[in-house]
Amino acid sequence: MTASPVRTAPAPPVLSESTGVPAVRDRWRTPAAAVVATVAAYLLFRGSATLPHDDEAAPFRLLGDLREWVDANRNASPVFLFLVNYVRLFAGAVNDGLALLLRELGWAGTAGLATGIGWLAGGPRTAATALAGFCAFGVLGVWPQSADTLALVLASVLLSLLLGLPLGVWAGRSVRLRRLLDPVLDVMQIMPTFAYLAPMVLFFQIGPAAAVVATTIYAIAPAIRITALAVERVSPSAVEASASLGATRWQTLRTVHLPLARPTIALAVGQTVMMALSMVVIAALIAAPGLGAGIVTGLSRADVGLMLPSGVALVVMAVVLDRIVTASARSAVPARSTLVGAAALTLCGVAASGLLGNGFPPGWTLHLAGPVNEAVTWAKFSWYGVTDAVRNLTTEALLNPLQEVLTGSPWWLVAGVALAVAWRGAGPRNAVVAVCCLLATAPLGLWQHTMETLTTVLVGTALALAAGFTLGVASALSPRFSAALRPLLDAAQTMPSFVYLLPALALFGASRFTAVLAGVVYALPPVARLVQDGIGAVSPSAVEAARSCGSTEWQVLWKVRLPLARGAILLAANQGVVMTLAMVVVGGLVGGGGLGYDVVSGFAQRADFGMGLAAGVATVLVGIALDRITRGAAGRPARKVSRRFPGKTGKKRIA
Amino acid sequence: MVPSGGAAIEVRGLWKIFGPGADRVPHSSLARLPPALLRERTGCVAAVRDVTLSVRPGEVFVVMGLSGSGKSTLVRCLTRLVEPSAGEITIAGQDVRAATPAQLRQLRRHRVSMVFQHFGLLPHRGVLDNIAYGLEIQGVPRARRRRRAEELLSLVGLDGFADARPDTLSGGMRQRVGLARALACEPEVLLFDEPFSALDPLIRRDMQAEVTRLHREVGTTMVFVTHDLSEALRLGERIAIMRDGGIVQLGTPEELVGTPADGHVAAFVRDVPRGEVLSLRWICRRPRDGERLDGPALASGTVIRDAVPTAMGTALPIVVVENGRAVGVVDRLDLLSAMSGLPTTGAGRA
Ligand SMILES: Nc1ncnc2c1ncn2[C@@H]1O[C@H](COP(=O)(O)OP(=O)(O)OP(=O)(O)O)[C@@H](O)[C@H]1O
Ligand SMILES: [Mg+2]
Repeated sequence: MTASPVRTAPAPPVLSESTGVPAVRDRWRTPAAAVVATVAAYLLFRGSATLPHDDEAAPFRLLGDLREWVDANRNASPVFLFLVNYVRLFAGAVNDGLALLLRELGWAGTAGLATGIGWLAGGPRTAATALAGFCAFGVLGVWPQSADTLALVLASVLLSLLLGLPLGVWAGRSVRLRRLLDPVLDVMQIMPTFAYLAPMVLFFQIGPAAAVVATTIYAIAPAIRITALAVERVSPSAVEASASLGATRWQTLRTVHLPLARPTIALAVGQTVMMALSMVVIAALIAAPGLGAGIVTGLSRADVGLMLPSGVALVVMAVVLDRIVTASARSAVPARSTLVGAAALTLCGVAASGLLGNGFPPGWTLHLAGPVNEAVTWAKFSWYGVTDAVRNLTTEALLNPLQEVLTGSPWWLVAGVALAVAWRGAGPRNAVVAVCCLLATAPLGLWQHTMETLTTVLVGTALALAAGFTLGVASALSPRFSAALRPLLDAAQTMPSFVYLLPALALFGASRFTAVLAGVVYALPPVARLVQDGIGAVSPSAVEAARSCGSTEWQVLWKVRLPLARGAILLAANQGVVMTLAMVVVGGLVGGGGLGYDVVSGFAQRADFGMGLAAGVATVLVGIALDRITRGAAGRPARKVSRRFPGKTGKKRIA
Repeated sequence: MVPSGGAAIEVRGLWKIFGPGADRVPHSSLARLPPALLRERTGCVAAVRDVTLSVRPGEVFVVMGLSGSGKSTLVRCLTRLVEPSAGEITIAGQDVRAATPAQLRQLRRHRVSMVFQHFGLLPHRGVLDNIAYGLEIQGVPRARRRRRAEELLSLVGLDGFADARPDTLSGGMRQRVGLARALACEPEVLLFDEPFSALDPLIRRDMQAEVTRLHREVGTTMVFVTHDLSEALRLGERIAIMRDGGIVQLGTPEELVGTPADGHVAAFVRDVPRGEVLSLRWICRRPRDGERLDGPALASGTVIRDAVPTAMGTALPIVVVENGRAVGVVDRLDLLSAMSGLPTTGAGRA
């Protein structure tokens, strides 16, 4: 404690002097010095050691060669002969079987079946939703694509659950397996969807089989994790009672664990379905058939009219699947009459299929492409002033300067700043892991593109957090606002990520800003919800106590609610970062640039495969780094107000 | 095999240590460390330390102690719901620690049942299916186990609640279901882990009466864990008092109240109305010179309070008789001072 402010006026009471000014000064001294040093270093070394991008970098060529080698040895190496190829065959066969089934049932038959299942799961309302959904597929003119997507989703969900549920149950009862799986699942859950695709191509080539495998792997994480959690949380007293009566492990599992965990396991199934749906669409990039293909083509041509039917059908499918799964989680064992009703509905559908033929009657479809494109053009022109201003403002004021700084700085400066920030926020362990991950993108040859992606992610996250935080606080404080917002958030959370690109593209055309916007919109709902729940969960007695001291509502918010909801808010930041990253990478399809674009071009051109694969790995590394920093902060206790004992310094200064 | 000498449960040198390297502790010098030191040195908690006891067939054996003294762990060790670290356990002649998993299951299915503090009912099943659960585990056919469950339902006085879900029942009713489930297997031994501490006092009284009635009617051996002294005194034929995992005193209620082994037990029983627990044996004294010995006679096992009417009917000292032989006298003053908790002048307390 050396800095004593120069004072000429008579000394104020010692107490305020000793606790106030110096502590604050001291707390800001080191960061301020660090900022000054960083700026100086930036000005001095700008432009040196920037590791510029090179499409022909050695790592890319190496990975490209790897693919050549794999392709050449696909039918020779035992790993492929006895494992990979069989997996591919099996996944393909499951998908083909389901696709064939749907095709044979035809539109009417499938619609009948879905309605019957809806009836079984949730009664007339769910049945009606299902029926309306299937009608929508037909009317939009995308029934065949919808059937393909449905088959892919069903196949992947089937495989995911077949593997994931038993594994989850096992992990729920074995701490050891849990410890083994946890880090793997962690990485899987922050891995952006895009990153799953390139390795799939390497091992399983392209097409529906590879898509099923990729989706299965992507969707298995929640199946395992939520099931394990459900089984683990089963009341230990019920389990003990069962054991005390001499039940075998299997009997306890069957009569206690599974029935008690059932509602939560249904939740796991729902999550798996939703994840599978969003992945299956993205798998269009590796030549999976279905709705995703329409969207990808539309995106690449910036043709909204072309992709709108697919996009809407996708949302409809998400809603229908979500309703059916959620309803079945709630319902008990169906009564006989319900079964009969469901069977009757299915048979009606099949009979109608006999009359209508396999497809959807062509006369009933709406052709939307023309009118939609006109509307989009109109919107673009008439709102041009606004959209252009927003886009330019964000691009010029946020994206460009930040990108210039990040790509123009020497790599060691960026790493150093990242280390310092992470160290302060998330502790040494997380900081080191995060910075190592970040630095690992350099030897991959992707430093510059990583910095570009980081720019969009940082800007996107900042916007998403600001907006989500505002919405969350507002709805936590006003029940009316919350009630109005809730259905919107619910709907937003069931939508597959791809869909968010659509309106963004329609309004803003292909640009970096479009990717950022999609990321913001995508990450907004969970952020808002986490913040709201966190603030809502603050103990009422603490709030009451604050009010009883005469606090205003603002004081209650700032001094009680927000500090107590700190954990939830940091968790929201974590979710926001991870989701924005996932979306921004997908934004490579609409001019997002950076790593996302590399991944996309890796699928588009064989020559770029190496770069695409490397970029996929780099997105994972960025994901881990960002996750470490934000999650580490959430796990750390709040920093103490003053790290020194104020009384001591006070005494010293008197003396 | 340990000779069980006709005891229903025989426990010798039982240890249960929670923590890293738990199995090493009982046989090493660490075993003699006081609990706090042991935790500091090894990070282990000795929940049960060197417990030896034997429960007679048909007896109600109460285990008592403060929270954290290891009572729950001790009863769970009996059927290895918690795996003991060391020691011997014999239940009706069967060596429990040497039992294979299958033998252990047979033991739990047919011979020993347990009633839990938090009931441990299955919330997704109705009352009847909860009661029948143990029989279902055993593979008893559905019709038979339902019949048996219905019998028990009326035994515990829950007729008409067969299909109710546990969460719609009151605490007392839930514990009746837990009791019925334990009884359904017709066990030789019933273990109770603080079965009534979650219930309010009136219902607790009821349930205690219920257990006493069952014990009279069915005659099952019972091990009953409680931290409530009045419950222990009401139910227990013998009581073991635990502290820090060990048994500090084991005896009849009278012995505990009359001769507490140490300050801990004494503190425990301080508020017990002595007149209602102790018998004349504890306060009778040698007649003083010239005292008349032709007063009314009472058996030495008579509880002090029950001697009051006799004492009121006569001014003479009461003669205390054991096995037909006079062992001493008590007068009104002795009775009064015993009931008021003041030191008695008698010799019996020595
Ligand atoms: N699974 C466990 N792991 C670690 N320590 C345990 C475990 N179970 C019990 N203990 C410890 O063993 C000691 C005895 O616990 P136990 O539950 O047997 O006490 P209790 O006498 O039943 O207390 P209560 O009256 O609160 O039920 C306690 O110090 C407890 O912390
Ligand atoms: Mg206990």
